[in-house]
This record gives sequence, structure tokens and C-alpha cells, in this order.
Amino acid sequence: MARKTPELQTSSMADISFLLLTFFLLTSSIDTDLGLSRKLPPLPDESVPPPPIKQRNVFVVLVNAYDMLLVEGKPGNINTLREDAKEFFLNPNNDPNLSEKRPIENIDYIGPYERSKGVISLQNDRGTSYEMYIAVQNELTAAVNEMRDELSMDKFGKKFDDLTNEEHRKAIQKAIPVAISEAEPKDIGGD
Amino acid sequence: MARFRKGQKKEVPGINTGSMSDIIFMFLFFFMVITTIREATLFVKINAPSATEVQKLERKNLVSYIYIGTPIKTNLYGSESRIQLNDQFATVDDIAEFIEQERAARSEYDRQFLTTSFKIDKEVKMGIVTDVKQELRKVGAYKINYSTKRGSVLN
Repeated sequence: MARKTPELQTSSMADISFLLLTFFLLTSSIDTDLGLSRKLPPLPDESVPPPPIKQRNVFVVLVNAYDMLLVEGKPGNINTLREDAKEFFLNPNNDPNLSEKRPIENIDYIGPYERSKGVISLQNDRGTSYEMYIAVQNELTAAVNEMRDELSMDKFGKKFDDLTNEEHRKAIQKAIPVAISEAEPKDIGGD
Repeated sequence: MARFRKGQKKEVPGINTGSMSDIIFMFLFFFMVITTIREATLFVKINAPSATEVQKLERKNLVSYIYIGTPIKTNLYGSESRIQLNDQFATVDDIAEFIEQERAARSEYDRQFLTTSFKIDKEVKMGIVTDVKQELRKVGAYKINYSTKRGSVLN
């Protein structure tokens, strides 16, 4: 007759797994990495001249070593930067000082749309603080995101982030691209 | 009805703890999956700036981190902003080699998705950050992410 194997004592198993659990709880961090994603431009080719861009199509943002802003030649304010950038791109009254529009073209799913020729040029000093730089980047991104949301609400009745249809997202991205160009670094002021 | 009750002792049965370990194990696996073990011991103080338009950084195994901040041990390393790569201090010249190593550690296909995450203290001056960015452009690591906290920037 086969001998009965004694039953495994499993009550301490819970204790062991509790130990493991506390170990992982303590050594790990649940921080999901958040941040602003950017794509750096390739190094400029000396032999190819930069494409000509009209002065009125460039939204110049300068940040100096004292974290002060110069927006389009005037002292700027971080609180109004977002609105300024949006107005520059949308240019509702066709102000000759703000960005030009491309000829009306048909974008799939959106229909005829006047794309802006505007580009943001962001230049900072070596002495600018990183906090200010991120604040400016954030405001400019917010301007683009708000414009996308507005167009998306208008056309699809949803915010851009809530769009599930990949084609719709692409259409919006085509209509309003992220046009933030970082100027080649210059050493203007001291550190 | 009374027939059924006859001869039965009123006794509360003991709680079966056999499945307890399974539940705890489920917890354990859950935490193991959603968490990341800290990738490096920080030698520099990093207090990230806040931003509102943040995006999540996807695919953590394809991210290489560059830390910049003032050293924690200021009496040993001074108070100048320093770059930290992996587990040691580095200079701007080490960036190219670092990216090369990070690329070599990934498969051919994954290399194009490699992102460089900047974990930078908000007090740091842009000079050193610009130098690092120029170095990244030289080696063709164009995808970057400025690590920030979620919060309002306007103060």
C-alpha cells in the first residue's frame, strides 16, 4: 500500500510572500516618467544655405541670463506668452505683422484649411535657468495643444488627446504642426 | 426543518488560509510589473521643474538617462553643476561614448527608438544643457525628453 505523503505546510507561504512584497514596495518607485518630448534638429549643413523665411513668419522668443523674455522685439511676459503665440499663428484679423497663411488647401477629414506659415524661434542664453527654459517650452507647447484642441473640437467634437481615430489625429497634426525651432546656441551674455 | 438540525454541533469552521498566499503573490507580481527599480544612485541633487503639457515616457527600456545638477556632497565635489551618467560623474566629452554604449546594448531594430531623458535640476543654467544637446546632435541622438513634474509653471 502506497504511503500517504504528508501535506505541505503552506501557512508560512503567506509570510514569505509578504516579505517579498514589502521588499519590492520599499526598493521600487512608481514614478512614471513625465516630461516634454522634443526632437533635436540635425546639425546644420554648412554648404546648404538655410531656407529663406520671411521676418513676419518668425515668432522670436529670446530669454536672457536674468530669465527675462523678449517676444517679437518687445519685453514679454510668461503669463501672456501662450496667448501671444496663438494669436501669431491663427492671425484672425490678417494682421500684416503676424504670420502669413498658406493658400487654402484640402486636408483629409478637415476640408479646406489655411495653414499658417509661422515658425517659433526660441533662443536662450547660457545663463538662462533651466526652470525658465522649461516654462517657456511649456507655454509654447500649450499654445500648439490649445490650437489643436480647438480645431479638433470644431471638426470632430472631441479634444485632440481624446481622438481615437489615427487618421483624424494625423489630419490635425498636419493642419497644426509643432513648429518650434531652437536657434543655434550663441553666447550672448556671461554665465 | 427540525430534522436537519438534529445532531449537528454549532461550530464555526476555521478560515481557510491556503489561498492567502496566492492573493499576496498576485499583489507581489502586480507591484513587480508596475514599478521600476531605481536605475542609478544619484550623486546630484535633482529637483525637476514643473510643466502642464507633460507626456508619459513610453518604453522605459529604450530610455537612457542624463542627470545634471549640483553634487549632493558639495564639500567633496564643489557646487558647480555636474553631469552624471550611469553611476559616475562625467563631462560633456563622455556623452558621445555613453550614447554609443547605450546603442550597443540594444538590438538593431530598437536603436531608432532610443530616447535620451534629461533629468535636470531647475537651478541649472542652460549653458551646460546646451553643450549636452549639441553633443547629442553630433552623434545623432535626436529624440529627447525633458523630465518634469506635473504642475503649474506660473508662479
